[in-house]
Amino acid sequence: METRQGKSVFAGVAIGKLFIYKKAAQVVEKRAIEDPQEEIARYMAAKEKAAGQLALLKEKTLRDVGEAEAEIFEAHQMLLEDLDFVEGITGMIEQDKVNAEYAVFVTGEQCAAIFLSMDDDYMRGRAADINDISSRLIAILSGTQVSAEAMPEPVIILAEDLAPSETVQFEKDKILALVTQKGSANSHTAILARMMNIPCLVTADIDLDVSLNGKMGVVDGFTGQIHIEPDEVTLAVMQEKKKREEERKLLLQSMKGLPTETKSGKRVHLYANIGSEEDVDSVLENDSEGIGLFRSEFLYLGRDDYPTEEEQFTVYKNVISKMNGKKVIIRTLDIGADKQADYFNIPREENPAMGFRAIRICLERTDVFKTQLRAIFRASAYGTASIMFPMIISVDEVKKIKGIVEEVKAELTREDIPFGDVELGIMIETPAAVMIADLLAAEVDFFSIGTNDLTQYTLAIDRQNQSLDNIYDPHHEAVLRMIQRTIECAHEHGAWCGICGELGADMELTRRFLQMGIDELSVSPVFTLELRKKIRDAE
Amino acid sequence: MKEFKYVVQDELGLHARPAGLLVKEAAKFKSAITLDSGAKKADAKRIMAVMSMGVKQGVEVTVSIDGEDEDAAFEAIEAFFKANL
Repeated sequence: METRQGKSVFAGVAIGKLFIYKKAAQVVEKRAIEDPQEEIARYMAAKEKAAGQLALLKEKTLRDVGEAEAEIFEAHQMLLEDLDFVEGITGMIEQDKVNAEYAVFVTGEQCAAIFLSMDDDYMRGRAADINDISSRLIAILSGTQVSAEAMPEPVIILAEDLAPSETVQFEKDKILALVTQKGSANSHTAILARMMNIPCLVTADIDLDVSLNGKMGVVDGFTGQIHIEPDEVTLAVMQEKKKREEERKLLLQSMKGLPTETKSGKRVHLYANIGSEEDVDSVLENDSEGIGLFRSEFLYLGRDDYPTEEEQFTVYKNVISKMNGKKVIIRTLDIGADKQADYFNIPREENPAMGFRAIRICLERTDVFKTQLRAIFRASAYGTASIMFPMIISVDEVKKIKGIVEEVKAELTREDIPFGDVELGIMIETPAAVMIADLLAAEVDFFSIGTNDLTQYTLAIDRQNQSLDNIYDPHHEAVLRMIQRTIECAHEHGAWCGICGELGADMELTRRFLQMGIDELSVSPVFTLELRKKIRDAE
Repeated sequence: MKEFKYVVQDELGLHARPAGLLVKEAAKFKSAITLDSGAKKADAKRIMAVMSMGVKQGVEVTVSIDGEDEDAAFEAIEAFFKANL
């Protein structure tokens, strides 16, 4: 047995025969030609054919893998048409009177060299994209097609590196794992492997010896190791590891579509936290029952002026429509503290975590607040929307908010713009809000506990201050009692209560939260299925 | 000729995806559109040139637009930077 080490970019265990993948060596001949125009026409025809192949690959990837990966081939299409690349090739054919294959090869090398010389890993990785396009063009021009050899059975593929077009050409069900000598965690191969859910090692110190073809191998995506011709003990250990991993995956998959309820039949709403429109795909894929926290800050950050009502409306509408009737709780602007945008012109503060932020800004700058509320209400006509307000400390704030909400609704009604029935809730993330939770509960439909801020304010520990990490205890009894009191007050006044902070996904506390009577947990989509299982296993 | 300056906010900088989208957007106009990062210049209609500028987050890019449809191009390209970068 031989064991080699690589860097794992996707966990899992694969056991099977090895397959050494080598590109058919492309020997590019330099030939003198008579008629440059004819040669350019030949190149143009090849370019068109390559564009067609790339369009097909893009479709296949979109179908088999995903949108983000399909964009790789769209980028290839653009590189293929790039004027510097095209003019470099046609110029060389005309001036040097050389064959198209050679002109493509030399120009491709030159373009790739520019990327290889850059001081940025990501950009250096793009040289592979250009090589991929050159190879494709040369293969078409010389009549040798690039294609993966037929593989009779599912195999572990060992290669120097894999171009994205090669990776997707393999039949998906014929690949057990990918192991490459080159590549990086950001390479296309790694991204594709993650999307295809197969173990993948990069920068592995493997030999690409064809004599390995057909020998047994084991890829351990947890440790980054590949065992070649494993001994019996290793094989048995790895088989067991693989079985356990598969059982765990199956178990989680089996949680899809099941109700989130305890053995005694207590239902909990299991929602997801998202920070942008793109996150909705993951929400649906992990079978979350709704969105419990849609952070709207991304609409305001990284720009130099306020987002318009129209811009916001489009994003909210898209998310609400995609959720198809499931609840979407949008949290209004929570800017300030560690999230700053220059155009808000917030004066420098000694202590921004306790400063001018979130609802405090909204109630002062009501025009900004109203723009956001109008956008949300308009979008609410397309599904089920709720709104929650951050950083509340008093009943007075809630009354002011409700007043502004009524104004917005009256305006929309006057303008004949439809809107849905929108629940209003508040974040409970200050000790003040916990202490008056009974009074607040009478004013709103729901509470959502923001445990990150609540912990920081309760313990008087700045969560950005790493030197205090040893005493920052999110399981502190004070925090848990705050949560308990909040839930009790909500229920006494007919409001429901959830948790959207990080603590919601802390499975050591799930049982305790259930005992407290929590109605909703909103967590990152990737935790959904595991948390559902945890809840279904509870009494 | 019209000109605007923009500081790239995207954490990956002007990487392949936005570069591709920018080139597509720029190709809609007849005007010459040039990017200048101080260190390098590039024609906004050429994707390799744009990508090989290697513009990172925090870098200020000057965009110059010159031609018959420069007003419309200015508006579209500026909006593109704000929305995507």
